[in-house]
Amino acid sequence: MNDLFQRHTGIAAPFMHDNVDTDTIIPSREMRSGTKSGMSDGLFADWRYTNRQSRELNPEFVLNQEAFRDASILLTGRNFGCGSSREHAVWALREFGFRCFIGHSFSSIFAHNCVRNGILTVRLGAAQLQQLVSRAVDPLQSNQLTVNLETQQITVDDQIIQFDYPQRLRGLLLSGLDPIRYTQRLQNELDAWRENDMKVRPWLYGYGK
Amino acid sequence: METLFEKLWRTHEICQLSDDEFLVNVDRVFLHERTGSIALKGLAEKQIPIMTPESVFCTMDHIVSTRFGRTDATELIGGKEAIQATRAAAKTAGITLFDLGSRDQGIVHVVSPELGIALPGTTVVCPDSHTCTVGGVGALGWGVGSSDAEHAMATNSLPVVKPKTMNAVFTGETKDGVAAKDMVLKLISQVGARGGLGYVIEYSGPAVQSLGIEGRMTLCNMAVEMSAFSGIVGVDEHTIDYVAERRYAPTGEQWEQAVSYWRTLHSNENAQFDESVEIDCNDLEPYVTWGTNPQQAIPINEKVPDPEELTDPAERELAVRSLTYMGLNPGQQLSEIPIDVAFIGSCTNSRISDLRAVAEVLAGRKVAPGVKAICVPGSTAVRLAAEAEGIHEVIRSAGFEWREAGCSLCFFAGGESFGEGKRVISSTNRNFEGRQGPNVRTHLASPIIVALSACRGYISGS
Repeated sequence: MNDLFQRHTGIAAPFMHDNVDTDTIIPSREMRSGTKSGMSDGLFADWRYTNRQSRELNPEFVLNQEAFRDASILLTGRNFGCGSSREHAVWALREFGFRCFIGHSFSSIFAHNCVRNGILTVRLGAAQLQQLVSRAVDPLQSNQLTVNLETQQITVDDQIIQFDYPQRLRGLLLSGLDPIRYTQRLQNELDAWRENDMKVRPWLYGYGK
Repeated sequence: METLFEKLWRTHEICQLSDDEFLVNVDRVFLHERTGSIALKGLAEKQIPIMTPESVFCTMDHIVSTRFGRTDATELIGGKEAIQATRAAAKTAGITLFDLGSRDQGIVHVVSPELGIALPGTTVVCPDSHTCTVGGVGALGWGVGSSDAEHAMATNSLPVVKPKTMNAVFTGETKDGVAAKDMVLKLISQVGARGGLGYVIEYSGPAVQSLGIEGRMTLCNMAVEMSAFSGIVGVDEHTIDYVAERRYAPTGEQWEQAVSYWRTLHSNENAQFDESVEIDCNDLEPYVTWGTNPQQAIPINEKVPDPEELTDPAERELAVRSLTYMGLNPGQQLSEIPIDVAFIGSCTNSRISDLRAVAEVLAGRKVAPGVKAICVPGSTAVRLAAEAEGIHEVIRSAGFEWREAGCSLCFFAGGESFGEGKRVISSTNRNFEGRQGPNVRTHLASPIIVALSACRGYISGS
C-alpha cells in the first residue's frame, strides 16, 4: 500500500454524525483477517447492511446511495474515530477507497493511524464544513472536490478553501517516508538519551532481576 | 509548580520534532493477539528489529475463549489462526509472551500493573485504547495503532503532540455502594465524549486519594471515553505498597532509588492546569448509562432524558438514535428497565477488589430467574486469588457463570455474543451500538450495580 498523499480528487460523501466510534467503523467480529487487508467488507457493517449474514445493503446508508457509492472523501462530524485504537478501522476505510476525511475534529489515535496509512485528515470550521456538506447533497452540483496537501487547499470548482496541517506530518505524507525510518535518522539522539537515562533511572532496566 | 504530567513528560522527552510535536521515550510496549500480532508481522516483513525485546510483552486476551478447558479454538472466524500466529511471532521476536495456560495470562491492562511491568513514572504503549488504565499507578500509558506499535518497538520512542492538562478534582467522600466507576461515569457525562480531546486528565482530590489503586485504574481506564490522551493519578504510599514485590518491579538498591523518585510524582501545590473540573462526591449516586455512548449516563434513581430538552441539534440527533437503538422511551425510570444479562468483566472492572465487592453483594442472594449472569476475572492471577479466597463460590452459587480470564463479552471477543436485542447491565467501558454483539443493548455500571441488578432482574441500586 502506498503511504504517500499529495493530491486527491474524488467524490465527497456527507457523514455528519458526532462521536463516530471505531466499533461502528468496523465491529470486532468483522476483523476476521490477521493481516491489514480484507477489512473493507466489514466497513460500517451495522449501518451498511440490513442483514449482516446475507450482506443485504441498507438503501438509507449514505455509501449505498448512487451518488456516493464511489466516494473517496468523507465529510465527518466531531470526534470522528473515537473509542478503540484498532487500526483495522483505517485499513477498512482505505481499502474501501477513502483517501481523505474532512471534519470538525478527529480522535488523536485515529488521526495518527490515518497518517500511517497515507490518509489525510483535514479539520475545518463549522461554516466551511457545512458549505461542503450542502454542496455534496445538492443534486444540481458536482460532489467532487480536490484536496491538495502541497498547497494545503481544497478546491471546489473555482472556490478555494485553505487548511492547516502539521508541517512535519505533511512532509511525511508528501514524501511517503516511513515514520520509523524518519525516527531512525535521529539514532544519535536516541542513543544519547538512553545512555543518560540508564544513569538517571537504572531501576527501569533491571526487570525485577 | 509542575503538574504530574509535566514531570512525566520532562523525564521522557527526547527531542522536539516540530512546534508541538516531540519524540518521547517509550519504556514498555505491551501487545495482544488482536493488534499486536499484526505489528510483529509488520516489523518482520520490513526486516526491522525490535530495539530491546526485553521491554516488549505480549498477552492473549482479545480473541481467546474464556470458557474453562479452552484451547486455541474460538468461535471467532480466523481467531485460532490469529492466536497461533501471535505465539509464533512472539517467539521469533524474542519477546515475553503470557500465553494460554500461564499464571500470568490475562487482560493486558490488568496484567501490566499486576506484574510490575507498568511502574510509576514509566511510559507504556499498547495497540489498545485502554492503555491509559496504567495511570492508576502513576504510569503514563496511551493507546496507539498497530503501525505506531511497530514504531515503538523499533525505536523505543513515539512522536507525540504534547497534550494540555486537565485537573479532575473529586471532592468529598463517596457513600457506601458508590464506586470509582460511578465517579468516572459522572465525569464523562459532565465533560462529554470529546471533552478530553487533546488533554491528559489528572484525577485528584480526597475522593481519589481514598480509592485503592485498582479503583484509580478504573478512573484512568475511562479517560479514553472522553477522548483524552491519557488519565493519571499522583503517586502516594498506596501506590508504592501496591508496586512492592511485583514480579518485574525493581529490587534491592534499585527499589530504593525508584521509590525516592516515585515519591516526587505528584502535582505540586499551586501547579497550573490548562483546564479544571470539580465533582462533589458527597451526594454522588451510582451512575448507569441509558444510551450508546458513555457520556449518556445518569444517576440510577433518575429518568431516561427527553432528547427534545437538548439544545445542541447534533446531541439531540444522537440521543434520538440512541433511544431507538436501546429500545427506551424518554421519562422511563431506569429501575423499571428489565435486563436479560448481567456481565462482570473487562479492563475497567475485573480486578480482585471488584470481585470482592460483587461477592459481598451476592452473598445469600440469587440471580433473578431468566437472567443470564457471567463473571470473567481480568487475569488468571485474579481468578486464582478469587478461588483461593472462596469468592468464586459465592459468585457461582448466586447463579453467575465463572470463567477463565480474558476480554470476553466486553466486545464479542472469542466470537461470543448475548443474542440479538438482549439488554445487558455491564461493568465494561463501552455501550456503543453493536459493541457486545449485533443489536445488543448495553448499560454501563459499576460491578456492585451489575450484581444488584442481576438479582432483581431490573436495573437496580438495592
